[in-house]
Amino acid sequence: MIVETGHFALILALLVAVVQFVLPLVGAHKGWRGWMAVAGPAALIQSALLTFSFCALTYAFVTSDFSVRLVAANSHTLKPMLYKVTGVWGNHEGSMLLWCLILAVFGALVALFGGNLPDRLKARVLGVQAAVGVAFLGFLIFTSNPFLRLVNPPMNGRDLNPLLQDPGLAFHPPFLYLGYVGLSMSFSFAVAALIEGRVDAAWGRWVRPWTLLAWLNLTIGIALGSWWAYYELGWGGFWFWDPVENASFMPWLISAALLHSAIVVEKREALKSWTILLAILAFGFSLIGAFIVRSGVLTSVHAFANDPERGVYLLAITGLFMGGALTLYAARAGEMQAKGVFGVISRESALVANNVLLAVATFVVFIGTIWPLVAEMIWDRKLSVGPPFFDMAFTPFMVALAVILPIGSILSWKRAKLGRAMRPLWWALAAAFGVAALAWVFGTGRSLLAPIGALLGAWLVFGAAVDLWTRTGSDVSRKFGRALRLPRADWGRVVAHAGLGITIFGIAAMTAWQIEDIRVAQKGDVFTVGAYEVTLADVRRVEGPNYISTMAEMQATKNGREAAVLFPEKRLYPVAGMPTTEADIDNGVFRDLYFVIGDPQEGGGWAVRTYVKPFANWIWAGAIIMAIGGGLSLSDRRFRVAAGAKKTPKGVPAE
Amino acid sequence: MRWVLAIWVLLAGAAFAVQPDEVLDDPVLEERAREISKGLRCLVCRNESIDESNAELARDLRLLVRERLVEGDSDEEVIEFLVSRFGEFVLLSPPASGSTLILYIAGPAMLIAALGISALYLRRRRVEPEQDALSDDEKARLAALLDE
Repeated sequence: MIVETGHFALILALLVAVVQFVLPLVGAHKGWRGWMAVAGPAALIQSALLTFSFCALTYAFVTSDFSVRLVAANSHTLKPMLYKVTGVWGNHEGSMLLWCLILAVFGALVALFGGNLPDRLKARVLGVQAAVGVAFLGFLIFTSNPFLRLVNPPMNGRDLNPLLQDPGLAFHPPFLYLGYVGLSMSFSFAVAALIEGRVDAAWGRWVRPWTLLAWLNLTIGIALGSWWAYYELGWGGFWFWDPVENASFMPWLISAALLHSAIVVEKREALKSWTILLAILAFGFSLIGAFIVRSGVLTSVHAFANDPERGVYLLAITGLFMGGALTLYAARAGEMQAKGVFGVISRESALVANNVLLAVATFVVFIGTIWPLVAEMIWDRKLSVGPPFFDMAFTPFMVALAVILPIGSILSWKRAKLGRAMRPLWWALAAAFGVAALAWVFGTGRSLLAPIGALLGAWLVFGAAVDLWTRTGSDVSRKFGRALRLPRADWGRVVAHAGLGITIFGIAAMTAWQIEDIRVAQKGDVFTVGAYEVTLADVRRVEGPNYISTMAEMQATKNGREAAVLFPEKRLYPVAGMPTTEADIDNGVFRDLYFVIGDPQEGGGWAVRTYVKPFANWIWAGAIIMAIGGGLSLSDRRFRVAAGAKKTPKGVPAE
Repeated sequence: MRWVLAIWVLLAGAAFAVQPDEVLDDPVLEERAREISKGLRCLVCRNESIDESNAELARDLRLLVRERLVEGDSDEEVIEFLVSRFGEFVLLSPPASGSTLILYIAGPAMLIAALGISALYLRRRRVEPEQDALSDDEKARLAALLDE
């Protein structure tokens, strides 16, 4: 019964979304206040209906109601409760419902906290947001309905893919969806502004928190996915340039660009039409991402949805929204008059450079991702575009970005002097070269990758410190107090930029300095890996709740002292009939010890893989620091004031 | 990322990437084999190199690469040999020839275009303030007014 009610709520939500789409847009066009006023309540009702619908589906999963097809296909009574709940979005239909829910909740947030938005703009924003909602709710109900029942329910379910039964991956999709869908809000604001024909500083202030929210969730989502790959796939790879990864990386890059160009709109009323274009494209890349992930066109082997009907529908949604928005853009962008004037050396120019680099980098990832498809369709060439290409084509942009970033972030607005801006930065640069020299000495005879990564990473971190230093006045004794009173947005910028530096350093150091050992070891064997003595102490059979495990006990000592005892496993999940490798990792600040146990060998003994991965955690720590920076910026007073301000009571218009 | 696991599901024997029995005795040769493997696609996988893949086919290709290296082929010869047998699909970095040149040129071309456009934009942004200054006519009028 609850399931049917959830199903009904979902259909009602679609109808409400249609109302929320049509009435406010018509009302805003004609100037009918009553019609415009429908937007707010409709957004609240829609999100309430979808919340109920989502809870109903969760209920079906938690109670293991196998008469629901989706539950039967993706759950099992023996599965731990955590994964019964996360199983709701561990499949195509459920994750699409989550997507629609977030879409509606963001609309409701605008309705609740958008008190200081002009009525007309608010109606249009909610109308456009509902248009996106209609498209996705239609997609959900007509091609991937999660509430379908089975005539003959099975005794038990087919279980969630064991690789998904992991905390890192369980919470990876919700963050990504918050990111993708957050960009729909920027999109709605952009389209609404185009319909209005007006973009001003207030608009920039409104778009920025949504973009920030989307970007910081994408950052967390991507970091979680990458971290999961690192510990779960059994050899410590963390990024594969897989089309599906690129699908989340492209919106991340372009929303980073949008985040920065919206600052120029807000502070200086320039770059308006470019910012609008970015806001449209950012959501476009989210849609393309959904298409890539769920259609299966770019991959021959696919786990999720390889239903061509869904692919066509998603492509149609993408085409419709991008085509519509870009046409509107072509017609209206000319009306966006820029006001701000600035010199070639200025913060504005630095942000333009940031945008150029990020936008072109996104384009490179995009063209590399779709190239196999293009080549096959046009020239009938079957080829692969993989990590070596992306490493080569993408990295230069990030290097250039890292080089200019610390300089750009301390240039003053309008007109700056490069020499003057550089004066405090020379220290940062010298210190960065010192760190690079250290890296060079530490890793003698190896590649240049680590020293360059150390140079860029240190330059970013020290540059961020200088940024903070210069903003706290010349009186050293009062610097601390002043630093504490700096706007949160300043702190956000400094923290996020330092986080980027840490990630860059982590990637370079781990890639360049990793030590790998592959061998056959007998019980009791001792071998040397880097500075560590490793002993394969024992291998035994262990039974878990829904799996059987071969567990090894491995000890690592350094200079005669015990460094770690690790228990890598090889698990077999009998229900899914699938083995997984569970590496065991000793996380450290300066290195990870990463041990993997493999198959028993014919001549006795076990295949054993041992890695020492220097600075591995810095990659994800940097990403989390970036996200924290985003969060700090999001909590800046001016957004709270803008978002939470009570509507000042206006006089009732005389009638 | 999640979809990478599809391969694991479908193709995972029960193994992981490079096996101990594959490793060559000569460390220099092994290092070369690893480098070559990283640029070759496991043909039945998604964007995975044979160095990372667990598939049976990837193992066969790794062994093939090592065989050729032991027989004295240069890196290029090994790669050529594999391309002649499996087509350019096996290369994770497509050859920069013919239509694929577009792929390689696209990034730099886009960068140059973007830099050009933004340079024009910056120049325009800089020029405008001049209009705020008084023209000669206005200066003359101002002087006349002040003299009165």
